[in-house]
Amino acid sequence: MNDVLTQSRPIRLKGRSFLALSLTPELPFEDWLVQLDELAARSAGFFLRRPIVLDVQGLEIDRAQLRDLVSQLGMRNVRIMGIEGARSSWLGPDLPPAMSDGRPASDVELQTTEEAEKAVPAESIVASGPPSAKAIPSIVVSQPVRSGQSLLYPEGDVTIVGSVASGAELVAGGSIHVYGALRGRAMAGTMGNSSARIFCRKLEAELIAIDGFYQTAEDMDPRLRGKAVQIWLEGETIKAEALS
Amino acid sequence: MGKVIVVTSGKGGVGKTTSTAALGAALAQNGEKVVVVDFDVGLRNLDLVMGAERRVVYDLVNVIQGEAKLTQALIRDKRVETLYLLPASQTRDKDNLTPEGVEKVIAALKSAFDWVICDSPAGIERGATLAMRHADVAIVVTNPEVSSVRDSDRIIGLLDSKTLKAENGEQMEKHLLLTRYDSSRAERGDMLKVDDVLEILSIPLLGIIPESMDVLRASNVGAPVTLADGRSAPAMAYFDAARRLKGESLPVTIPGERRGLFGKIFGRKAA
Repeated sequence: MNDVLTQSRPIRLKGRSFLALSLTPELPFEDWLVQLDELAARSAGFFLRRPIVLDVQGLEIDRAQLRDLVSQLGMRNVRIMGIEGARSSWLGPDLPPAMSDGRPASDVELQTTEEAEKAVPAESIVASGPPSAKAIPSIVVSQPVRSGQSLLYPEGDVTIVGSVASGAELVAGGSIHVYGALRGRAMAGTMGNSSARIFCRKLEAELIAIDGFYQTAEDMDPRLRGKAVQIWLEGETIKAEALS
Repeated sequence: MGKVIVVTSGKGGVGKTTSTAALGAALAQNGEKVVVVDFDVGLRNLDLVMGAERRVVYDLVNVIQGEAKLTQALIRDKRVETLYLLPASQTRDKDNLTPEGVEKVIAALKSAFDWVICDSPAGIERGATLAMRHADVAIVVTNPEVSSVRDSDRIIGLLDSKTLKAENGEQMEKHLLLTRYDSSRAERGDMLKVDDVLEILSIPLLGIIPESMDVLRASNVGAPVTLADGRSAPAMAYFDAARRLKGESLPVTIPGERRGLFGKIFGRKAA
């Protein structure tokens, strides 16, 4: 009886896109790990419970070094969900799986005709690539973003008409505009857009980030607190300036 | 059909039960038919504040599980004719509240009363989300301190996403009740000021209840503060809040401001 049931029901496989942070280590790993430790010390728990992809593209390393790096990161509670740009000979069953470049493969095999019929084309579920030049999508939220809420919009700009509470989180692929007080976390340009900016009417943020470079409240210029501010990235430094 | 109000907060100990009892009594004293419902299954406090702890036979869980009829569980207040209490169970746990059961009880109360005021447990767990689920109006009780304000902000977020109204694409009507406010401490910067709280939470203000010994005294004699001493400052503030709840627009006075002026004139005498 049980056998029949399990056979008639195929395993469901679906494509789905997730936003992951990607870490790009540099050689020598010892120095890079020291830098990482410093970063983690400044913002405890930044890597906790976040999906992380390790990007080892173009690194002259061997299998043992990669394995060592993954275990070093594991000791720091950074859990790697996939490795990008690794040679297939480096990877074994004891290492995280390989990831292709930011776009999960769309060739998900669907098991039955029934599934195939209602299958939303896999591409549409899977990450929409970098925003095209002609139309950058954006969303407008005309409510305050409350503590504990997390607003994720990897496609483009986010505009909040209202405040972002302490304990709330905004993640945008493009720029972030807050017409109110920004008290929580704001991460702009998370899909690799270094020209993204953060604008707010009252800067009280706990953390701001642009294209992976981030700054916590302690590192921000105290003179900008409570002011209308814009934040952008110049090279690898976060710059901030009051809006007159 | 009556209005269902949930009295909620993120943090415990901010005055939800006191406010539920005081507002319920205030509305009932004006002739409205009111039932106050204790949703804090496992802890049960509203019956104490209402002075009905010795009259509890059946409770909310009994009704939900079909062991008692709603009319058997409702306790009529001895002082105000139109005020009723539906107590919580202290011996069962909150898992006995089923969504279907709660919905049925609320629907029955709604058809029999003008106001159904639900005292929610603190926090964001099951009991709290069930209490807010069927509400038409929410009263968010907050103290003027940072932790309370932040947790309230979280609760407002839940009110906007986890309630029936939110799922139907409607907006839940929300009001802020600021309790235990001490203007002199706010002046000194030991407490958040009214404007700061309003700015962070950005929902309309229902009232400001001053910190007062009258509240503690009333709850210890088992009477809602609006019944125990209707002339006391917190009671007056609750009466005003109840009128605003009915839709009247009254200006909100920040307690202690007037006394501040008197204090300047009669400064020495008062001391």
